Amino acid sequence: MHYFRQVAVVAFKDLRAELRTKEAINASLAFSIVILLLFSFAFDPSEETMREISGGLLWIVFAFAGTLMLNRSFARELPNDCLDALIAAPLPASALFLGKCLANYVLVLAVELVSLPVFGIFYNVHWARQFPELLLVLLLGTWALTIIGTIFSALTVNIKLREVMLPMLTYPILIPALMSAMQLTTALVGGTPIGADNVDSLKMLIGFDIVFTAVSLVLVETVLVG
Amino acid sequence: MSAVAVEGVWKFYGDYPALRDIRLEAAPGSCLALIGRNGAGKTTLLRIVAGFSKAQRGQVKIHGNDPRSTETRRQLGFLGHGIAVYDELSALENLTLYGKLYGLADPRKSALEWLERTGLERVRNGLVREFSRGMRQRLAVARAFLHEPSVLLLDEPFTALDDRAIAVLQRLLREALAAGKTIVMSTHQLREALELATHVALLNRGQLAFDGQCTPEMAADPGYIYAQYGEA
Repeated sequence: MHYFRQVAVVAFKDLRAELRTKEAINASLAFSIVILLLFSFAFDPSEETMREISGGLLWIVFAFAGTLMLNRSFARELPNDCLDALIAAPLPASALFLGKCLANYVLVLAVELVSLPVFGIFYNVHWARQFPELLLVLLLGTWALTIIGTIFSALTVNIKLREVMLPMLTYPILIPALMSAMQLTTALVGGTPIGADNVDSLKMLIGFDIVFTAVSLVLVETVLVG
Repeated sequence: MSAVAVEGVWKFYGDYPALRDIRLEAAPGSCLALIGRNGAGKTTLLRIVAGFSKAQRGQVKIHGNDPRSTETRRQLGFLGHGIAVYDELSALENLTLYGKLYGLADPRKSALEWLERTGLERVRNGLVREFSRGMRQRLAVARAFLHEPSVLLLDEPFTALDDRAIAVLQRLLREALAAGKTIVMSTHQLREALELATHVALLNRGQLAFDGQCTPEMAADPGYIYAQYGEA
């Protein structure tokens, strides 16, 4: 119980700090809306085309916007050497990591949930026809993005070019999760529920989340302290 | 048992040995001043003692335990170069946050008490980004002392402090010593440090050049130890 209280303390601290400055969430939200807007003007896709590319477009936007947010996760601790104080505190590195993941998860999900209606309006798509299943895919895909982004944010926190390094490291690892999320989202936005032909993508997404959450929790102490 | 024991610690940055076979002990209730020129390895050694970094060879024990164990971390207070508080949070929110992370029974009460002891009670709800440098430093001191650690690790604690913050810190350090707590501090400000130190260790290019009790000659003339044991 004490462990989860520590996780919550870190998560609330990050959320409070971010909501006071709104640095990352504003940048992330603005980026996703601008990209959606630019794509709608640049390609003016038909309804048929839109159904085919919706998953890919949405997850590319989510991945890039999410990275903007995740870059700040551990970088936020650098001014005033706050990371040292967190490492010195008697909480497991995994609790620190999980707290940061939860805060990032909430923030990235918030950006996604604002972006979805914007996507629906700009592209004239009824995206909510399979909403409960779409929400499940969003929750699973965003967790994959968050867990990988947060562990690599910890790994690259002391690198000067971390803004460049983070996407270079995270996107290749995220390919299986993003591919699954894209396929499922394309189907769900098109009104097709998850069935026998794409349930493997859902299994892949769940498996990815479980495996990388476990690996990250085991490795984070080494990543932070060496 | 020593409060802090450094046993044959080596640390390399690439091929360069930043610390070479350092062996030190600090008894409970003692104050060890770690001195040396820039680049001598003081901060590297303190970071290893604090558990932020690992030694390539040798080991560090705090009260006989690994510095990274949860129980040891509860007993350690670290004041480094940075103030380790969040600019976006208020003074009270910062201290309450650390109180919760250290599992204090009543984090808010402890935070308020330390804000009062460091003279920050009137600005407790002010955001740290609006604080003067001196106020930020005093808040950092409150943060390091908040959980009543039995071992205090201080890296250049007097650097960039205003007069009031120096007075606050010296008073708190004296109280800590009187309460039987152990202090290890790296410093260039020998006069302030040697007023408190019971022991002195001089690092010279990663090697221990002197380790012994603080003598009246050292306290009277801060340059004495460098003249006797330091580099020419």
